Amino acid sequence: MTNLVEIRDLKVAFDSVPVLHGIDLDVRPGEALGLVGESGCGKSVTWLAALGLLPSKASVSGRVTLGDTDLTGAPRTQLEQVRGGRIAMIFQDPSSALNPVLKVGRQLCEALKLHRGLTGKPAKQEALRLMDMVGIPDARGRFALYPHEFSGGQCQRLMIAMALAGEPDLLIADEPTTALDATIQAQILDLLVRLRAEMNMATVFISHDLGAVAQVCERVCVMYAGRIVEQGAVGQLFDRPRHPYTRGLFDALPRLDGPRVALTPIQGTVPDPRKLPAGCAFAPRCTHARDFCHGERPDLLAQRDGRHLACAYPLPEAPAAREDVHAPREGVHP
Amino acid sequence: MITFVLIRLVRAVVTVLAVMTFAFVVLRMSGDPAQVLLGPDLPQEAVDAFRKEWGLDAPLWQQYLSYFRAILSGDFGLSMRDRSPAIELVLDRVPATLQLTLPALLLKLGIGIPAGIYAALHRDSAVDRGVIFLAILGFTIPSFVMGLVLVLIFAVTLHWLPSGGIGTWQHALLPAITMSIGGIGILARFSRSAMIEVMGQPYIRTASAKGVRWQDVVRGHALPNAAVPIVTIVGFMVGSVISGAVVVETIFSWPGIGRLLIVSVANRDLAVVQCILLIIAAVMVVSNLVVDLLYGWLDPRLRAQPAH
Amino acid sequence: MTPVLDARDLVRIYQGRQGLFARPTPIRAVDGVSLAVHPGETLGIVGESGSGKSTLGRMLLGVDPAQEGEVRFNGCPLPAPKTPEWRALRARMQMVYQDPLAALDRRLTISVQIREPLDVHAFGTPAERDARVHDLMRSVGLRPDQADRYPHELSGGQRQRVVIARALATNPDLLVCDEPVSGLDVSIQAQVVNLLRDLQGGRRLAMVFISHDLKVVRNLCDRVAVMYLGRIVEDGPAERLFANPQHPYTQALISSVPEPGRPLETRVILQGEPPNPAKRPPGCAFHPRCAIATDICRAKAPPLRATAPGQTAACHHVTGAPASQAA
Repeated sequence: MTNLVEIRDLKVAFDSVPVLHGIDLDVRPGEALGLVGESGCGKSVTWLAALGLLPSKASVSGRVTLGDTDLTGAPRTQLEQVRGGRIAMIFQDPSSALNPVLKVGRQLCEALKLHRGLTGKPAKQEALRLMDMVGIPDARGRFALYPHEFSGGQCQRLMIAMALAGEPDLLIADEPTTALDATIQAQILDLLVRLRAEMNMATVFISHDLGAVAQVCERVCVMYAGRIVEQGAVGQLFDRPRHPYTRGLFDALPRLDGPRVALTPIQGTVPDPRKLPAGCAFAPRCTHARDFCHGERPDLLAQRDGRHLACAYPLPEAPAAREDVHAPREGVHP
Repeated sequence: MITFVLIRLVRAVVTVLAVMTFAFVVLRMSGDPAQVLLGPDLPQEAVDAFRKEWGLDAPLWQQYLSYFRAILSGDFGLSMRDRSPAIELVLDRVPATLQLTLPALLLKLGIGIPAGIYAALHRDSAVDRGVIFLAILGFTIPSFVMGLVLVLIFAVTLHWLPSGGIGTWQHALLPAITMSIGGIGILARFSRSAMIEVMGQPYIRTASAKGVRWQDVVRGHALPNAAVPIVTIVGFMVGSVISGAVVVETIFSWPGIGRLLIVSVANRDLAVVQCILLIIAAVMVVSNLVVDLLYGWLDPRLRAQPAH
Repeated sequence: MTPVLDARDLVRIYQGRQGLFARPTPIRAVDGVSLAVHPGETLGIVGESGSGKSTLGRMLLGVDPAQEGEVRFNGCPLPAPKTPEWRALRARMQMVYQDPLAALDRRLTISVQIREPLDVHAFGTPAERDARVHDLMRSVGLRPDQADRYPHELSGGQRQRVVIARALATNPDLLVCDEPVSGLDVSIQAQVVNLLRDLQGGRRLAMVFISHDLKVVRNLCDRVAVMYLGRIVEDGPAERLFANPQHPYTQALISSVPEPGRPLETRVILQGEPPNPAKRPPGCAFHPRCAIATDICRAKAPPLRATAPGQTAACHHVTGAPASQAA
């Protein structure tokens, strides 16, 4: 199957400090891909760079292609067609992501006009349908309200409705539930999963919440310090993480069941992008690191079990008894 | 909404009253009009007669009460110099002042805001740095220095424009420019920072991410948000259309309210000074009121929310 | 044993304003909350935004006065705010907030800031204070060479350690933590959680841990109180409450936590919006979102009733017997 989006050797630097060190990433049509990592690892920057949404002080290199279109270096008008039209994006803090001085209906209709040429009454009809679809109660009555008159969860629903307005092939959801309350998070995750199935649209789900990623995604990339360190099917990766960093993320999480014991944190902190370690960026915090790791940086290489891994001394592959981890787990695939 | 306007109106009236009271007291404490107007060598009887005639012999609170009674019946007093009604003297000068301040205001808005917005959108470019530099220059150089420099260049050296007086539009050009330069600088800096702040907001990124053309992001999404802080400064500038002319009118011998104020203060012409201050305060208060109402119009978050 | 903290029927009413022009309406942010914390015990308070959990935290410390009810600290009522007695009591009870950068002064080095409460409460001799700062830094995992750093030179996790060290400086009996790990990345969050665990074990410190992160609360707390619209709807021992939640809201809340390995379809997804304290529904405040609500729920607010030893829930439909599990 041809890829919907191909990212090749994408690099980003802010004020000549590199923050993204050459990302290779494919998104297949209709798939749900998760990007996981801690703040500053470059998971959001990757997609902001791909869509040309970074501030002008950022220097971007590499290649991003969407079908036959090369997005890097594309003229602004062409990018504007892609944004919202073929690739839509929603963000972390929904309450501040909507324009506070414009009525929500107008913000929705703007997207409909841009990408589907709808104006006037048909635009309003369609906007109301979208509001209905994302679960805004009394859409007609609330069409002419301002964003501050909606709760955070409803603002995120409105953002999603706006993203769907252009009937995109790909929805990038950048930490879409982080700012929301637990019960509302669950609603939004549920909505995203449902809409992806209904609209047959690929989703990139950017999150630091491993649990949420596990529920929404089929494939996961784990990023650390501007690089992908492990990539694979969600069941495989979550059942048996092989990069020590991925493993560390799981161990650091408290659980809702089992004994209440001390957690296993990853020691130290994320490196300053201006002072990256010479070898593997994770080596200073890694309990498995050896001399090699401090001097040489491992490349992201395909493994026998199908995943990609950037580690010289990874955790062992699944033992024979657990070969079935290759198969996706129940409930993950829709 | 109505209560809000009423509260603001009451506050406005109180402010004007406070200004009038303050002016009344300070003017009477700061020098004797009789001494100033009649000269120091007059016999005591003449001074007493003058005081009696103008009611200056009564206790301060009595003077104050009768002043207010008069104002409420529309009597703003007579000028001590030529005994003509003070309010007429003042109102006669208003058109001349507006001939300077209104063009100056248009210059401030027309140059300051676009320059600031352009600079914000081209942050750290040569143009941006140039705008910042000129803006700082503009509002740090006092208007009397600026006025004299302009006179030196355009009137004395080049002989393009008259150096003072009133008459043709050429006469108004130099004073209006002088008056506008500081405001242009302030507005440029302010608009720039307001716009930079807004352009960094998440909803601007949202607009770009949904494919809105860059020009429309700026026009349709950023400007309406940046308008709120800019309106504050503009409101202040509108409020000072009368009072802002004092220095410039003096430099260019422009027969407006500002010059009348200087002369009247020097002469302790009480009724005239009070009239001018009253008008200045009223204009300032009204423009503040308008700004407050504009906020609600510009930013829906400040409006009343119906319960839903 | 006397509880360190004993709160009875606390009520806090704010005058809320919906807009610039609107009339203020009274909002009952905390509405009749009673709880007790014993020495060495950690009480978790969970709830969504608008549940009143942060307000409650401030009330427990006497920072936000209660309109009704009473807080007793070591058996004595809290003195009035800003009095000398109240200030002296600050040394005995401390607070840790979510944003450590806001809680620290950016112009002072961290050792100066950790030392500050020692100076304020005249703790020992200057030399003893220096030694204590050194001990405190080591006990929260800061290196001695970091003493002269400024807050902005530290990472988020290190800053939170500084705040905790400062809170511990006067050897308090009670620590109230309001979302102390929420702004931190997963790996760092675990470091701070472990630090708090060490403190529990080490010094019989009583702790109130306010958080929306149920996993952290379960890991750290002995007992948990679940708040909804200013009231406690369920409370009990952490392990039992999470394994066997009784109140439908608690069930939904626990079910909503995304966990690797738990498919989305099996989760209870609560409909409706998070509660708005300004528009409190009549009867049981949870009834508009509750799947099992009946007429009585719409009419009458349920009291807290024992469902198991040490566990209570406020729901008309909960019996003493263990109910169905959501998790």
